[in-house]
This record gives sequence, C-alpha cells and structure tokens, in this order.
Amino acid sequence: MANLSTVRTARPETQPEFNYPPYVSSIGRSPRMPLVLLPETPTEKTGPVFGHGLIRNGDNDLTAQHEGEPIGERIFVHGRVVGEDGRPVCGALVEVWQANAAGRYRHKVDQHSAPLDPNFSGAGRALTDHEGRYWFKTIKPGPYPWGNHHNAWRPAHIHFSLFGAGILSRLVTQMYFPGDPLQPLDPIFNSIPDESARMRLVSRLDMERGEPDYALAYAWDIVLRGTSDTPFEEARQ
Amino acid sequence: MSSIEKLVPSGSQTVGPFFRIGLEWMAERAPLLGEGAEGRIEIRGRVIDRDGAPVPDALLEFWCSGGGQCDDSGDGWPRGFARAATDLEGNFAVVTMKPKPVGFGDGSMQAPHMLVLVFARGLLRHLITRVYFEGEAGISSDPVLEGIAQERRGTLVARRVSEVAGSYRWDVVLQGEQETVFFAW
Repeated sequence: MANLSTVRTARPETQPEFNYPPYVSSIGRSPRMPLVLLPETPTEKTGPVFGHGLIRNGDNDLTAQHEGEPIGERIFVHGRVVGEDGRPVCGALVEVWQANAAGRYRHKVDQHSAPLDPNFSGAGRALTDHEGRYWFKTIKPGPYPWGNHHNAWRPAHIHFSLFGAGILSRLVTQMYFPGDPLQPLDPIFNSIPDESARMRLVSRLDMERGEPDYALAYAWDIVLRGTSDTPFEEARQ
Repeated sequence: MSSIEKLVPSGSQTVGPFFRIGLEWMAERAPLLGEGAEGRIEIRGRVIDRDGAPVPDALLEFWCSGGGQCDDSGDGWPRGFARAATDLEGNFAVVTMKPKPVGFGDGSMQAPHMLVLVFARGLLRHLITRVYFEGEAGISSDPVLEGIAQERRGTLVARRVSEVAGSYRWDVVLQGEQETVFFAW
C-alpha cells in the first residue's frame, strides 16, 4: 500500500470512549473489534458544501415558527466555529434541536409527561458567516428524566450538528448551560474524561450580547477538526 | 502549520433519540433521480446492535467524493451527500448516484465507494465506515480494502439485489461476530 498518512485519532481523553458503561445504551451499540486505521484519501479530504439556498430567513429563530411565542425563558445563543488553527470556518452548516421549556421534545418517542408547547418545534439551522459566527434565538430548554438509571435527569442542553471543511470535521455534540447542578450527575456529559475538554461544552452567560428587558445571551464557541484550509469540494456557483 | 498551536476539537456527544427534529429535513428531500435514471442506485439495509436487535434511532450519512460524479442539484443541496434515518425495524433506504472510481492519492485507484458516518442513541461519537459495491472491477485491488483482514472485508460491500438494477443491500452491525469494520478517528 502507498505511504499515505492515516486519519489522525483524537487526543486522548478529549473525546468520549465508544463504550462508556455508565451510559447504558453505549454497551450494546458500540463496536468491540479494533477500529481500523484509514488512509487519508481524497474521499476523507473532501466534504459536502451547503449553499445559502438551503437556509431560509428565520431558520435561526426558534421562537418565530408558529403563530404565538413559545413559553419559556427567551435566549440568544451565539458563537464562533473555528478550525484547529483557530481560524474561522465560514459557511459551516449548524443544525440545532432541543426540548421545550418544560423538558419535552416534539417527537413521538418522547414519553415524558411534561406538556408540549404548540408554539415550539425546537429545530433551527444556520450557516456561519465570514467570521465563522452563528446565532440562534430560542427558549432555554428544560431538564428532563430519562431511563438510564434511577432518577436520571438530563441537564438542560441544546443538540448541535456541524459540518466544517471536509467530512472528517463532522461533529455532533450538545451545548450545556453554566451552573447546571445536573451536569456532574450526567453520564453523557461525563463521558468526556478530560475536565477542560468537558467544560468546553458549557456555554458562557454573555451579558454583552443579551438584550436588556428582553433576553439573556449565551456564548458558545466550537472547534472543528482540521483547518479552514482543508481542501473540499468546490461550491456550486 | 507546525508553528501554530493547535486547538483541541470540541467533544462529541450522542445524537440521542430525538435527532429527527433537527436533522431529518435533509433526509426528506424527494430523490432527484427517478426510477430507472442512469446511474441511480438504491441501498437498503438494516442497522442492528449486539443482540441482532434493530436500531430504530440511527442516522446514516453517505459521502461520495469526486466533484460532479454524484448527486447534482442547484438549490444549495450538497452534491455527493445523502442522509437516511432508520425506521422502527432498523431499516434505512438511500437513493443516490453510483460513485465512480476515485484516486487513492498516490496515482493508484480506489474502487467506487462512499464514506458512511453512523450516528445513534448510544453512540457518544459517530462511527466511520465505508460502503463498496459488489461486482465492481476495482474491489479486489482496492488499497483500503487490502488493508483490512480478509474475513472482515465483506462487511463493507453492499450486495446486489439481483431482481432490481442498481439496487443494493448493506447492513450495519454495530457489535458482535459480524461487526462492520469501523475506522479510527
């Protein structure tokens, strides 16, 4: 085989293990055979490009998708998406989804008895701008119970999905809120062994960006694998 | 680049059971390619766990490199990318263009393939695998397949469904004796 470099593995402790028994569902769904090193070929060095035609005005405002305003604490969530070199990732697709203020998802599988909110679907999307910035307007999600162990509750979180430059920069993660006492009890949050890597999933209260008499803001920056220079498929003009 | 201190990429977290709320919109697009269209392929399969039980909350993403060789649209949708979620029986179906052979990076060629990312409740990080297509000439000399133990290579090859042209079957086994080959990242 040619002497191609293989796909780089993550710095130890900064990513969860696939098999993390405190998170019970990981036990039967994570591979046990050794993961195979993959040569970094043109397939791995490229990735999908998402055009502005995919995003409509208002897709980043989760409070304006229905006739009325959703119940809950109105917030702004914003931040920067950068590569490992610290440079902005422009045009990154950011997709978010979350529970409503009562901790209930608009999803048929969610059996939590908390009420649905007719004015809240809980999904949004955006493309980062030329500085790698994104922002959403939403309501603060509530914590909710789940079946992992006795009296298990997820800390409040917003799910994030991101595409950067190249398919290997793909990231699905969750953003948490500062000062949530459920975080130390949550096996999903604690699946990242390194404390500083783990705490980087917690957003920061940002009094500069909030709007007095209207909404608080939380800031959350994201680092994707690779750099903004990673070659990728030409955008369709 | 070496002079620049590298930042550590953000940690991954599971996609959870409710990802359809935020991610299914991209799987819902009507296939651009009608039945019988040139180069159209359909891959159907099932995602199963350690016990052979269906995984009803998995999301697969397919990436096919090689500009212009895949799914092509003009409305902001990415070329060469497709997303499919499993149903209650763990079944998925994806319609896309058959990939063409791609360079390996050293002048040699890889057999047609797609990179596949697997997300699911229970997966704290996504899994990375590849799918190849039965009957393609380059399969026996594909440099990535050659690096995988012979007895496990078959897990990366979608089988032709004989009665329908362009129709393939490919299952993803997350754990167990028939476990799919997954790559380190």
